[in-house]
Amino acid sequence: MIAAIWAWLTSPESWSGSDGIGARLLQHLGYSALVVAIAAAIGVPLGLWVGHTGRGKWLVSAANAARAVPTLGLLFALALWVGPFIPGKAAFLVPSVIALVLLAIPPILAGTYAGVEAVDPAARDAARGMGMRPAQVLWRVELPCALPLLWSGVRSAVLQVIATATIAAYIGLGGLGRFLIDGLAAGNYVQTAGGAVLVSALALVVDGVFALAQKVIVSPGLTGGGPAGSGRWGRPRVRREIVLAPGKPGEASGVVPTTSA
Amino acid sequence: MTWLADHWRDVFPLLGQHIWLAGLPLVLGLVIALPLGWAARRWRTAYPVLVTTSGLLYTIPSLALFILMPLVLGTRILDPINVVAAMTVYTVALLVRSVADGLGAVPEDVRAAATAMGYRGLRRFLAVDLPLSVPVLTAGLRVAAVSNVSIVSVASLIGVPQLGHLLTDGFNRAINGELITGIVACVVLALGFDVLIRVVGAALTPWTRVGAGAGVQP
Repeated sequence: MIAAIWAWLTSPESWSGSDGIGARLLQHLGYSALVVAIAAAIGVPLGLWVGHTGRGKWLVSAANAARAVPTLGLLFALALWVGPFIPGKAAFLVPSVIALVLLAIPPILAGTYAGVEAVDPAARDAARGMGMRPAQVLWRVELPCALPLLWSGVRSAVLQVIATATIAAYIGLGGLGRFLIDGLAAGNYVQTAGGAVLVSALALVVDGVFALAQKVIVSPGLTGGGPAGSGRWGRPRVRREIVLAPGKPGEASGVVPTTSA
Repeated sequence: MTWLADHWRDVFPLLGQHIWLAGLPLVLGLVIALPLGWAARRWRTAYPVLVTTSGLLYTIPSLALFILMPLVLGTRILDPINVVAAMTVYTVALLVRSVADGLGAVPEDVRAAATAMGYRGLRRFLAVDLPLSVPVLTAGLRVAAVSNVSIVSVASLIGVPQLGHLLTDGFNRAINGELITGIVACVVLALGFDVLIRVVGAALTPWTRVGAGAGVQP
C-alpha cells in the first residue's frame, strides 16, 4: 500500500495537468494566502484597536467563543445559504472563502489583542514621555512589541485555513482537498492517502516558513537574542523578564527579600 | 425545530457516539501527556524535543490524519478506532505543553517545603506537584475539549457516524433543520465538556476558592 502511494506521489502523470498535484498545490496555496490576507486585514487592526484603547474586549471573547461552532457545520451552512445567491462558478468559491475567513479571524484577533495587552506598561510610558503621539506609540512601540503573539496568532490561523480548505473540497473548492474528497468518493485509497500526505507536508512546510519568518521580523530586542545594543530599542538586556533571575522569587522585582528564620 | 421534534430519536445515538469519540481521547491523551510533560520538565533537553514534536503533530490537518491512521495502525478506514487514535494524538500534542508548563509553575519554595517534609519522587509528584498544576492542566483540557468536539464532526466525511453525520446529511439533502440541529448540538456538547472540566478542576483545587494569596504572605 505504501509503495502504491509512493508511486502515485512520484509519477509525472499525477503532477501534470490542470487537475494534477502541481496545479492543486498552487490552488491550495493561493486560496489559503487570499483567506489569511483578508482575515489579517480585519483581525489585526481590530485587535490593535481593542488592545490600544481597551474598549470592545467583548469582541475578543465573542471570537473565542465562536470557536465552539464546528468548522464543518459553518462550511455547509454557508454553502447552503450563501451559495445559491452567487452566480456561476463563484457559487463554490465564495462560501468557502467566507467560512475560511470567519475561521481565521479569531486566532489573529486574539493574538494581536494579547500581544498589545502584554506590552510592558513601562515601554508605553517611556514612549509617551519621549513625546510620541498615540498613533506613534501604537505603530512604533505597541505593534513591534506585540509581534511575537500576533504572529503566533497568524500561524495558527494559517494552519487552520490549510486544514479546513482541504475539507472545503466537499463543497466544491479546488486545491489538494480534491484528492482526498474525490478519492474517498471513488473508494481510491491510494489517491486519498497520497493527498493526505501532500496536505500534511504542505502544512508542515508552510508552518516552518512562518517560524523562520518570525525570527526575521521580530525585533532582536524582544527575543533577547543578538549582541547587546543591536536591538532597535537599544539594549535588549534590560528587559524585565531577563532581569528577573529564575529561581529567586521576589528578590529582583524590588520586593524586599524575606529573611529566613 | 420541527425536524428535531420528528428525529430526536436518531440524534441521541449520534450524540452518544460523539461524546465517546471526543471524550475518550481527552482521558487517554491526559494519561499519556502526564509522563511526557513530566519528562519535559525533568530533563532540560527533553523539553524542546517534546514540545516541537507535539507542535508538528498538531500541524497535520484532521482529515489527513483520519485517512492516514489506517496506514499506521493497520485498521480499516471505517473503524472508529482511527478517530479515537487521531484525536488522542491531537490531545497529547496540546497537553504535553500544558503539563510541562503547569509543573514548571509550581513555586520552588513549595517544592522545597514538600521535600523537607519528607515527600520524595513519585509521592511528591502525585501529592504536591500534580495537584498544584491542576489549574494550568484544566485550561489545556478545556482548549482540547472544544477543539476535539469540532474536529470529530469532520470524521463524518470518512463515514464514521457521530453528530457530524447531521451536518453532512443535512447539507447533502439540503435539510436546514438537520444542519442547524447538528451545529447547535456540537456547540452545546462543547459547552458541556467545558463546564464539566471547569467543575472537576474547581473541585480538585479547593484552595483556589480561598482569598488569593491567603496563607502565603511572606
